[in-house]
Amino acid sequence: MTTEHNARVLDAKIPDGPIQEKWDKYRFDTKLVNPSNRRKYDIIVVGTGLAGAGAAATLGEQGYNVKAFTYNDSSRRAHSIGAQGGINAAKNYPNDNDSIFRLFYDTVKGGDYRSREANVYRLAQVSNEIIDQTVAQGAPYAREYGGLLDNRSFGGAQVSRTFYARGQTGQQLLLTAYQALARQVAAGSVELFTRTEMLDVVLKDGRAVGIVTRDLITGEIESHSAHAVVLATGGYSNVYFLSTNAMNCNGTAIWRAYRKGALFASPSFTQIHPTCIPVGDEFQSKLVLMSESLRNDGRIWVPAKAGDDRPPKDIPEDERDYYLERMYPAFGNLVPRDVASRAAMRMVQAGHGVGPLKNGVYLDFADAIGRLGRKTIEDRYGNLFEMYERITDENPYEVPMRIYPAPHYTMGGLWVDYNLETTIPGLFAAGEANFSDHGANRLGASALMQGLADGYFVLPATISSYLANWLNVPPVPTDDEVFVETEQELKERIDKFLSINGTHTVDYFHRKLGKVMIDECGMSRSREGLEKALEEIAEIKRDFWSDLRVLGTAESLNQSLERAGRVADFLELGELMVRDALDREESCGGHFRVEHVTEEGEAKRDDENFAFVSAWEWTGEDSPPIRHKEPLEFEYVPLSQRSYK
Amino acid sequence: MTTTTRRLDVNRRSGWRSWLGPFFTSDIGMKWMMALTGIGLVAYVLVHMIGNMKIYLGAEDLDHYAEALRTLLYPIVPETGVLWMFRFGLLAMFIIHMWSAIVLALRNRRARGKIRYTAKRQYLAANYANRTMLWGGVIIFLFLVYHIADLTLGLTNPDFVAGEVYNNVITSFQIWWVALIYIVAQIALAFHIYHGAWSVFQSLGLSNPRYDEWRRWLAVVFALALLIGNSSIPIAVQFGLLQVSG
Amino acid sequence: MDVTLRVWRQPDSASEGGFVTYEANGVSADASFFEMLDMVNEELNDRGEEPIAFDSDCREGICGTCGVMIDGHPHGPQRGTATCQLHMRKFKDGDTIVIEPWRAEAFTVVRDLVVDRSPFDKIIQAGGYISVNVGAAPDAHDTLVPRPAAEASMDAASCIGCAACVAACPNGAANLFTAAKIAHLGLLPQGQPERYLRTVAMVETMEDYFGSCRNYGECETACPKSISIDVIAWMNRDYVAAQWKNFRKQGQQV
Repeated sequence: MTTEHNARVLDAKIPDGPIQEKWDKYRFDTKLVNPSNRRKYDIIVVGTGLAGAGAAATLGEQGYNVKAFTYNDSSRRAHSIGAQGGINAAKNYPNDNDSIFRLFYDTVKGGDYRSREANVYRLAQVSNEIIDQTVAQGAPYAREYGGLLDNRSFGGAQVSRTFYARGQTGQQLLLTAYQALARQVAAGSVELFTRTEMLDVVLKDGRAVGIVTRDLITGEIESHSAHAVVLATGGYSNVYFLSTNAMNCNGTAIWRAYRKGALFASPSFTQIHPTCIPVGDEFQSKLVLMSESLRNDGRIWVPAKAGDDRPPKDIPEDERDYYLERMYPAFGNLVPRDVASRAAMRMVQAGHGVGPLKNGVYLDFADAIGRLGRKTIEDRYGNLFEMYERITDENPYEVPMRIYPAPHYTMGGLWVDYNLETTIPGLFAAGEANFSDHGANRLGASALMQGLADGYFVLPATISSYLANWLNVPPVPTDDEVFVETEQELKERIDKFLSINGTHTVDYFHRKLGKVMIDECGMSRSREGLEKALEEIAEIKRDFWSDLRVLGTAESLNQSLERAGRVADFLELGELMVRDALDREESCGGHFRVEHVTEEGEAKRDDENFAFVSAWEWTGEDSPPIRHKEPLEFEYVPLSQRSYK
Repeated sequence: MTTTTRRLDVNRRSGWRSWLGPFFTSDIGMKWMMALTGIGLVAYVLVHMIGNMKIYLGAEDLDHYAEALRTLLYPIVPETGVLWMFRFGLLAMFIIHMWSAIVLALRNRRARGKIRYTAKRQYLAANYANRTMLWGGVIIFLFLVYHIADLTLGLTNPDFVAGEVYNNVITSFQIWWVALIYIVAQIALAFHIYHGAWSVFQSLGLSNPRYDEWRRWLAVVFALALLIGNSSIPIAVQFGLLQVSG
Repeated sequence: MDVTLRVWRQPDSASEGGFVTYEANGVSADASFFEMLDMVNEELNDRGEEPIAFDSDCREGICGTCGVMIDGHPHGPQRGTATCQLHMRKFKDGDTIVIEPWRAEAFTVVRDLVVDRSPFDKIIQAGGYISVNVGAAPDAHDTLVPRPAAEASMDAASCIGCAACVAACPNGAANLFTAAKIAHLGLLPQGQPERYLRTVAMVETMEDYFGSCRNYGECETACPKSISIDVIAWMNRDYVAAQWKNFRKQGQQV
């Protein structure tokens, strides 16, 4: 399907020199904007999660005029808030041989060698500054009695490098970013637009000059222009309908950017998180994550005998299969997420599943409670246990938790170079919205790290290299024809949704899409299934555009209308994910093709043919996208088969 | 998004009102004033109650005590000088206490909004004493007016003789509905103080896990002591345990 | 199970609202409250009626987007639980459930059950932060935080800004929300330099929009994170203490 002759090899603009010096060298070599000139620049930041709020606040502090946008009623609601377990940093406080290089190494290896070394190294470098910054901002991290910061362990690492604030680390970090942003709003450097959804990015002469938004309360379509646009709009796991993402998380911003010419990298690299509460019923609207930190103390097991439906307490120790500890003795229950998820899937497929629908595995705290006492477990995970009980009506202090993998994070996203700039000049992507740092699998507690690294440290340092070119050039006025045309197109699109007047709700189509995506492009993928999925998605898309029913008007708060636009984009994005999964004839990280496995059933990479980033280019509604390549070189972390044994 | 929210009162810290200082312009400051004057008033009520107990020692003791109050610190200050200082002090505390309560109540009424909940609110923490602070206060105020008219000025008691405190009390309390008024007022006061004595720690920011548990008990003991002490007198009179003396 | 819903419907902030009754039949006890409403909405859409608008995002009780008054309980009958975490097993077959938006003068109903809570953002913007520019932070271990203080700060910081406290308060007061932020930052050593300025600015902004605290304690019972009204006491003291402070002398160690 790929039209090879059009495919380009992409240049990531990685600075020269040893990896340890690249970032310093870059910051010295890059073009700057002097402080008194910064007020002449307008920057749009879409999204107010860790990356977006972080970038908007930091750019505001530096003196730029920032406009920040969120569809939520407050910038404190972004779904970064849902992250539970923690944030990694290479502080080596526990004295267990951690270092920047080890964090870098673990992240590249954990990502199954599909990330860009230079970016990951930079991420590890700034990780320590993130801890300093957030502590100073008042994030109430867990402390030792001596007043120093506490650490815990996460999957994919043999060191304790995860800083945490109970099971609410994401909340606390988002709130510090939100507060930093609030400070800039009060100072007048950031103008905040709440309940305002970006519907499209606007280009003039090939560069990004602004966005068009919809006020979700009044329905008004408005244009905003700026010298540069930053998309920090998060991931697209909601393509699966059921995921751990918030209900409103969507891929519209990055998808519209893709349709305007930005390349979309590794769309099929999605993370299925191993510890979520299993699906209960068909009406379920969302899946709830149980922090990976639980794997520090919980032991995962299934009945050794397939189809054993005795209650867990009646299954004696020797009839239990602690399969992670058995298969991966070195890392045990703390193997990376992709490995843990697939192992759970295999257990359930082999008939060892537990729970009423036989769709889970046990995560058992009996040993930990016996060893540490209930009080300690309560202190560490109390809020998670409560949440579990509220949802399932089972008490995890007495009955083992039931867990199963669920879509959680998308490593794929807009392709960006070392500057975090997409292939559209002036359009930047930060946080989960870009693809850059996690390769084919993200390690636990690295999402918060990357979001804040991009928002606080990387983007504010790299954006000047672009802005410096536009000194004293005013932004394109919003009555320019490029804005007027885009506004017109969007109004027509909205009218289209309202006028189909078919028979089914938006959720109906979203659920159907989600089913196809999780079955065929979820934890395991096959050529046959993916090809079938392409047909099915096309069919759902046809039905969607002819049989959708959205009631109400465009001039008021209309939640169905909002969702219609998002699902329309998910239908296209899902198709691209499937194409990418088909195209990548190997298994790596979260992308597991059943045709490519080792003898032990583990993912089998093909470094000879696929050690590159796939970056897809939109070519129009009816023509297939073109896949470009960014070759990946591994100078510092030698390519090897991942082993967690 | 277009903001549609309404502000309640943006001007109260500007203009002439800023002259009044934080204690009269901010809600928290006014709560402080309520708390501080509340402490003063309760201290007075307590001293008053202890003084009232002299009635059980007989007419001579009580009348002498009343006279002593009138001549406190005499001749350093004029006769009844200290008494009047107390009276003015009490009046000032009373006015501040009530004025704060009324201003805050009116503001809160607005803050709550015009549309109320349709479903009956299921209160979990707010108890009866708490929710009736305002009306309890009104009852206490009305009672005070009556009480002063009755036992200080003698307007409602035909047998009133200035200076004969003991006999005045007993002739008043021998009328059953007067006794009832006093008892009802003491119950209202007990409720008011039961919430107030706990609440005062909260308003003044004196909560501390070391003694938080005792706050409730303190409030109960205080309220009960006042209720039992003061109500015992009309009850004793009604049962004939206290009689008019010679 | 079958339940009857009486739901507040209001097309926009300018229009009058009123209750409309809906039947939700065949609801699973394991469904969450919002999943039940989702079902009702699907049926409404199928019938050609506009779905009920309500705010909800994370559905795991942490983002604070959701919140409705259910039978006179903010977030429903289960203590320490946001509406999105409430499950239908807390209701009985045949129940009539009254669903209303948060009510307070400062909160405008935008549509149906959706309210505008932007005054909360105003309170944070007034001073609910520690001023430290990115890049300017000292090493994380330069500041020691005694563990009990860190824990108390975390207790307060767990506020999700859902506004159930305001909805629960008979006075429409936002003291619990404001005090939680003041306590979160004020209990930490990092928050000390701005402590009194922050308290004054936040309290006065709060009082511009909301009623005053009468120590009812309803907010504490409504709070999905069970934040204690102790934080309000601390705020009360901090505010008045701030009025006596000579800010020029704040650097002195006592």
